[in-house]
Amino acid sequence: MATEPAEQPASVWSTGLTLAVLAAICAALVAFTYDMTAERIAANEQAFLERSLKPVLEGIEYDGRLSDSTITIPSPHALPGREPATIYRVYADNEPIAALFVVTPRDGYSGPIKLLIGVDARGAVTRVRVLEHRETPGLGDRIESTKSDWIEQFSGTSLAAPSEERWAIERDGGAFDQLTGASITSRAVVEAIKETLLYFEQNRDTVFAMVEPAPADSDE
Amino acid sequence: MNETTDMLRTLKNGLWDNNPGLVQLLGLCPLLAVTNTFVNGLGLGIATLFVVSCSNLLVSLTRSFIRDEIRIPMYVLIIASLVTCIELLFKAWFPSLDRSLGIFIPLIVTNCAIVARAEAFASRNPAGVSLVDGIAMGLGFAALLCVLGAFRELVGQGSIMARLDMLVGGDALPGFVITDGGFLLAVLPPGAFFALALAVAGKNYWDHRRRRSSRFAARHANARLG
Repeated sequence: MATEPAEQPASVWSTGLTLAVLAAICAALVAFTYDMTAERIAANEQAFLERSLKPVLEGIEYDGRLSDSTITIPSPHALPGREPATIYRVYADNEPIAALFVVTPRDGYSGPIKLLIGVDARGAVTRVRVLEHRETPGLGDRIESTKSDWIEQFSGTSLAAPSEERWAIERDGGAFDQLTGASITSRAVVEAIKETLLYFEQNRDTVFAMVEPAPADSDE
Repeated sequence: MNETTDMLRTLKNGLWDNNPGLVQLLGLCPLLAVTNTFVNGLGLGIATLFVVSCSNLLVSLTRSFIRDEIRIPMYVLIIASLVTCIELLFKAWFPSLDRSLGIFIPLIVTNCAIVARAEAFASRNPAGVSLVDGIAMGLGFAALLCVLGAFRELVGQGSIMARLDMLVGGDALPGFVITDGGFLLAVLPPGAFFALALAVAGKNYWDHRRRRSSRFAARHANARLG
């Protein structure tokens, strides 16, 4: 490698210096871009959160900002999935009127499905929306509200209607339609909603009483 | 005059003769993964175009004082910085497109077509022509992404240019809906291979016919390089 050993130390230093200078320039470029975009990105994320929470709250009057009443339940928890679950609590006149659960059951056909499940104070589902998933396009992806109205069948259901043992897809003897060609996906969604309702039933008071452990920004 | 023809030749080289996707068969991972719709293809195409143009320009500008031994770390540094920037820019201005492309925006950093251009072209040529080469290669790659995306979306979902709102903003746009639903295989991973194979075969067929009627014989020698 080294043809001129005497020159080696100097060139190592100058080479290192060149690298360091260029690395600093690149870092500055990234920092500048970050600085330029940070505000917009934060605003986009907030808007996305509110936009995705909105459908499950349609027709419900509530007070305050949802992001202020967020709690994160670290795993392990009794909710579906192993990731920390997020709960947005919804109040009107200081009375709890609903809780929105973001849960991530892991048993979809191709990985976890991130669901947003709205439950009102009486324990009935307001609405369910899919936030993220990797299900098969054309089959399992019809759990998205934009692709089919399958997900709407859960609105108004609770552990009482249908009865708890009928919380399953039709194919398993339950009360809910399954998507053709996507029973695994459908089963995962139904199970996740059922588990969430069970959790809510058992922890209703604590859900609304819980205080965010670390205040501010911990939901980001 | 001479310089202009040089630029034109560089442009044609990237767009057709030595197209990174069709001929060099580089960067296939993102190419196959995101081309399930036109707008996804276009989005990744724009991002890649930006990165490869800027990286070619920067590599060319720095080539005189970068020693050979550290040129690869330099490429990595430059490309990674550019990709981080474009990722932030996408998150800020095209948030829904960014969500739709997901991991494939940061993964542009691993697109070997970009390193290949830095090493094979930009490190040996002046800045101007390197920039043109980057733009040409980026456009060639983007064009192929768009063609594959449009084809797969049309066959698989029966629509074209759906959800263009992810790029231009506003309400959800359905695009041109031709039929409801389609041949599902096209939007699944195997469809990507079929579509790419058709595109490569189509290009080869076209070149073959042109070659028979003209004197360019050496063209296909390039085809094996990738």
